Amino acid sequence: MTTREPVGEPGLEARRLVRDYRIRSGLRTSTLHAVADVSFTIRPGRTIALVGESGSGKSTVARILSRLETTTSGGVLLDGVAAPMRGAALERYRSRVQLVFQDPFASLNPFHTILHHIERPLRIHNPRMSASEVRSRAHELLERVQLTPSSRYADRRPHELSGGQRQRVAIARALAPGATYIVADEPVSMLDVSIRLGVLNLLAELQRSEGLGVLYITHDLATARHFSDEILVMYRGEIVERGDADTVILNPQHAYTRTLLDAAADPDRLGRLREEVRRSQ
Amino acid sequence: MADPRLPAPPAEPLPTSAVATERIARASRVRTLLPSMSGKLLTGLVIVGVIVLFGLVAPAFVQDPRDSGNPALLPPGPDHLLGTTKLGYDVFAQLAWGTQGSLFVGLVAGVVSLLLAVVFGVLAGYFGGVLDEILTLLTNIMLVIPGLPLVMVIAAYVQHTEGLGPLARSSFLVALVLGITGWAGSAVVLRATARSLRTRDYVAASRVAGERPLRIIFVEILPNLVPLLAAQLIFGVIFAVLGEAGLSYLGLGPTGSITLGTMLNDAQTGQAVGSGAWWWFVPPGAVIALLGAGLSLINFAIDEIVNPKLRLAPQAARRQRKARRAGRGIADDGAFA
Ligand SMILES: Nc1ncnc2c1ncn2[C@@H]1O[C@H](COP(=O)(O)OP(=O)(O)O)[C@@H](O)[C@H]1O
Ligand SMILES: [Mg+2]
Repeated sequence: MTTREPVGEPGLEARRLVRDYRIRSGLRTSTLHAVADVSFTIRPGRTIALVGESGSGKSTVARILSRLETTTSGGVLLDGVAAPMRGAALERYRSRVQLVFQDPFASLNPFHTILHHIERPLRIHNPRMSASEVRSRAHELLERVQLTPSSRYADRRPHELSGGQRQRVAIARALAPGATYIVADEPVSMLDVSIRLGVLNLLAELQRSEGLGVLYITHDLATARHFSDEILVMYRGEIVERGDADTVILNPQHAYTRTLLDAAADPDRLGRLREEVRRSQ
Repeated sequence: MADPRLPAPPAEPLPTSAVATERIARASRVRTLLPSMSGKLLTGLVIVGVIVLFGLVAPAFVQDPRDSGNPALLPPGPDHLLGTTKLGYDVFAQLAWGTQGSLFVGLVAGVVSLLLAVVFGVLAGYFGGVLDEILTLLTNIMLVIPGLPLVMVIAAYVQHTEGLGPLARSSFLVALVLGITGWAGSAVVLRATARSLRTRDYVAASRVAGERPLRIIFVEILPNLVPLLAAQLIFGVIFAVLGEAGLSYLGLGPTGSITLGTMLNDAQTGQAVGSGAWWWFVPPGAVIALLGAGLSLINFAIDEIVNPKLRLAPQAARRQRKARRAGRGIADDGAFA
């Protein structure tokens, strides 16, 4: 333990992230700035919401943080140390930073049991753990995400579970390596409206009890305000507004934030919508 | 708390059917991989099953297929069910052993070519980049070289290589040659599938979990390809059985063992057609044709499962015909729109 790398202040930092994609349409190629100069730092025990409409580059940020995607420039730092892209260092990084995918119907392997999905990360990141210990840890994790009794779910396969249950499995999988930072990419947008809050409450409860740092990606300002300390509003690859959650919602500065708020909460619009619904019945 | 009056944000669509999958059944792992029974599948399985059973069991009950003590060129009769050859061999005995030999060649070659197709196709598709370029180049070269001539050249070359001893003209070696030349088509199919599976979320998720690439390929991806792999294996077996028959017919087949191909070759050199001894060449030809047809039927059935569009095609066609008869246009029919 004497040759430890220099460690900065604890936190998962995105520093000036840029990600360009080459778009080829016919003979012409153009450049799409999916992420253009995005910076923020997730601190342990805190939640940052990254809000923006579809296509604004949120998932690209999530994939960069979870090292599925390279950057054009800029980088990710964990406790002040540059995040690696390969090798044993990447494995160590992954034991601390995990991703919950948007679509729980696509993120679990249809061939494998629920237990497999939890046991694999446990095995990979605890090579010395005995098989029985891995199994009991996996069952603990399933109970931890309220899939109780765990024995009812362990041997099932993903298609036998509902969307909400699957997303809980995905959360347990993210916790399995012992992660302290969780990137949740629109974790409830594919779920039935009635079960969204349950999954978000679970994430919030885990975040508090384990002191996790969470990046909560969403297009929904209401849950962003409720579940996070800080809000970043992203538009076309750029952060156009950032600040304390209440401040951003109550006193939006940028026109785009106001549009998002209007789209979500405008009472007139809501009234009109209700009227339309009533007439259509 | 989130304001319950807020309407749901208008972003990503909700899957409707999937949420309803609350029904919990304990289906075993194998059960869900099995294709559902269709007429095609059943017919194919019966044909292939009977031939395989014949090849496995019959050789134990027939006389020595190289017993030349029988009268020559007997037509089918009670003593010799399918008659005898010019050298007095019992055709039924030859057919039993020949079926076994051909199935052996087909299976070995099929497995060899499937393994090569997995290596060249799946690795190329999954890793991409320079490895993909190299493997795809090799695949394409194999693809454009005409199959049978290449097999003939290799077979002729191998058979005259010193030092191989009794292996030189064994059916095992012929099977290897056929396997080595028959994988390219499957590799192309597997590469395309691996490329599309590579971007699936569950593959990305296992990368995030820390899985190594080879483990991802063999544990996370390949099990989901079992129907496709089965189809490719069957394709490989058909190719090899026909290829072996072709080689043997040209006199480049195995000499030590009896196959359906060597039977045909014997019939040809013994001028079976000229002497009207149809019982000598019709049975092996019929078994080859039936085996090819049965395997193809199974393959079609698997294809329909892997590619549900094919299952809808006959229905859509029927609907179209009905609609046309009814004198209505069906331009906006949903099946393929
Ligand atoms: N692999 C890729 N190749 C090309 N363009 C991409 C790729 N991934 C994402 N994009 C583009 O980058 C933009 C941002 O995408 P994404 O990060 O998925 O947005 P969000 O998650 O906010 O909906 C979109 O315009 C998308 O089309
Ligand atoms: Mg997204």
